[in-house]
Amino acid sequence: MAESPDVAKAQGAVALPRSTPREQTRARRASFLQSPNFWGYFFISPWLIGFLIFTAGPMLASLYLSFCKYDLYQLQWVGTKNYEILLTRDPLFWKSLGNTALYVLFSVPLGLTGSLLIALLLNQKVKGMAWFRTLFYLPSLVPAVASALVWQWVFHPDAGILNYSLSLIGIQGPKWLQDPDTALASLIIMSLWGIGGGRMIIFLAGLQGISDELYEAASLDGARGWASFRHVTLPMLSPTIFFNLILGIIGSFQVFTSAYVMTNGGPDNATRMFVLYLYDNAFRYFKMGKASAMAWCLFVLLLVFTVIQFKNASKWVYYEGGEKE
Amino acid sequence: MNGRDEQMKRVGVFVMLLFGASLFSIPFLWTVSTALKTNQQVFAVPPEWIPRPPQWNNFQRAWTELPFPTFVVNTVIITIISVIGQVFSASLVTYGFARFKFKGRTVLFYLMLSTMMLPSQVTMIPVFLLWRELRLIDTFAPLTVPAFFGGGAFTIFLLRQFFMTIPKELDEAAMIDGASPLVIWWRVLLPLSRPALITVVLFSFLGHWDDFMGPLIYLNSMEKYTVAVGLRMFQDMFGPQLELLMAASLIHILPTILVFFVAQRYFIKGIALTGLKG
Repeated sequence: MAESPDVAKAQGAVALPRSTPREQTRARRASFLQSPNFWGYFFISPWLIGFLIFTAGPMLASLYLSFCKYDLYQLQWVGTKNYEILLTRDPLFWKSLGNTALYVLFSVPLGLTGSLLIALLLNQKVKGMAWFRTLFYLPSLVPAVASALVWQWVFHPDAGILNYSLSLIGIQGPKWLQDPDTALASLIIMSLWGIGGGRMIIFLAGLQGISDELYEAASLDGARGWASFRHVTLPMLSPTIFFNLILGIIGSFQVFTSAYVMTNGGPDNATRMFVLYLYDNAFRYFKMGKASAMAWCLFVLLLVFTVIQFKNASKWVYYEGGEKE
Repeated sequence: MNGRDEQMKRVGVFVMLLFGASLFSIPFLWTVSTALKTNQQVFAVPPEWIPRPPQWNNFQRAWTELPFPTFVVNTVIITIISVIGQVFSASLVTYGFARFKFKGRTVLFYLMLSTMMLPSQVTMIPVFLLWRELRLIDTFAPLTVPAFFGGGAFTIFLLRQFFMTIPKELDEAAMIDGASPLVIWWRVLLPLSRPALITVVLFSFLGHWDDFMGPLIYLNSMEKYTVAVGLRMFQDMFGPQLELLMAASLIHILPTILVFFVAQRYFIKGIALTGLKG
C-alpha cells in the first residue's frame, strides 16, 4: 500500500522528463524507510536474529547431531543408529519415558484441579482473602533447588514432619524417596505444593472475568451450585483451562531439578526422568548424538500431544464471541 | 438461597481456606524450625517446633561455610544484565509486532508464540556447543547474551497484552508531530508501559534466581556459581547437617518472598494479564 505513490511517481517519470533515475531511487528509498514493512522488521529484528541463532539453527543442528556420534572430539555420521539403540536396546530410555509419563499423568490433572479449587474458594467473598491468596501463592515462589531440599527433609522416613504427622493418626508412613514404590509419588506430591502459583492466579482472573449476568440468567433457569458451575463457570473458563493444560503438560514433561537434587534418579531408577537421563547422556557421558536423538523424541512426542489437543479443543473449549482468533 | 445458608457457606469456605493455607505453610514452618536447631535437636522425635535456645548463628555459618556472598553477587550480576537485555529488546520487538502491519506479521507472531511450547532440550546441546566454540563456557555470557535477542516469547506476549491497552491515538499524534518510530518507542511506549516492564523485571529476577539447569551446564568454577548451584553444592558438602542445609535453603528462599511482598500488585496484575486470550 505504501508503495503505490512511489509506483505512480515512477510511472509518471516517463511523462515528466525532469525526474532523473537517481531521484527516483531516492524517492523509492525514502518511501521504503517510511513503510510499515521496514519499521516492522526493524523492530522485530532482535527476536528474528535470536530465533535464527538460538532456536532454528540449533534445532537443525540437533536434528543432524541425532544421526551422529559425537563425544566433543570426533564427529561421525551413524545414520539412524542412535534412534535404533534408544528404541530397541536401551531399557533406561523406556523406563525414564514411563516414569515421566506417570509423573505427567498425575501431577498435571491433580495440579490443575487443585489450582482451580483454590481459585474457586478464593473467588468467594471471604474475610482475609488477600492473606489467603498470599499464603497459597508463596510456595510457588520457592526456588526449585531449595524446594527440593526442603521436601527431602519433609519426606525423611524417621524424623520428617510427614511421617511424624502420619504417626499421630496411627499410620506408619512409607520410606518415601528411599523406596522405589513411593519415590515417584513423592515427587508428584511435592509438585502439588506449587499449585497456588501462577496457574491459580490465571484461573482467579478468569473467574473474576465472568459476568454476574450470566450467573443471574442461569439462576433464572433454575441452575444453581453444581449446575451453574458445570454450565456457566466451566465453559467460560475453558480457554484458560486449555492454556494451563497445554503449558502444564509441556512443563511437566521437562521435570528435572527435583529429581536431580532429591534422588538423582534413584532408588533403582524409580525417578529416572526423561530429561535427567538426557542430561546424563549429554553432560555426564558426553554422548551428544544420543542425547540429541532423545531431545528429538521428546520434541516429536510433545508436538503430537499438542496437535491432538488443539484438534480436540473445538469440542470443549468455548470462545466467547464465536470463532477463536 | 436464604441468609442462613449463605452464612453456612461462608463459614465452610473460610474453614477450607484456613485448612489449605495451614497445610501449605507447614513446610515453611518446618524449615524455619529446623534451621534454628542444634544438630542433636534436629532428629528428635517428637519434634520440638520452637527450639530453645534458637541457634541464630546457623544462618551465619551457612552464609560463610561456602562463599554465599559471591553466589549472590553472581546471581545479581546475571539478573541485571539479562533484565536490561530483556526490557529493551522485548519492548522493541513488541512495538514492532503490535503497531506495524508488515508482511508476514501474523505468521511470525504465531511462530514466536509457538517457541513457548518448544522444549528447550531440543536446542540445548547445539547452543552449548556454540558457546564452547566461542570459548565462553564458565562465563556469564551464555546466561545473559540470549536475553538481548527479544527476551523470550513469554515476555513479548506479556508486553504485547499490555501494549494493546495503550491507545493508538497517542503514537499517531506523536507521528503527526513528526516523531520517528524509534522516538515514539522511547518517548511514548516505554514510559507508558512502566507497570508491565516492572512485572518483566520481577519475573526475570525470579527466573534467574531459580534457574538451575543453565548455571549447572555453563558454570564450572565455584567463584562463578549462582545461589542455586551453590546450594546444590552445599547439599553435597553439608548434607547431614540439616540445620545448616535448611538455613542455606532459607537464604535462597527469602529474597523471592521479600520481592513478592514489596511488589505484590505487579505480580498479580502481570500474571492475570498473560492469562487473557490475545
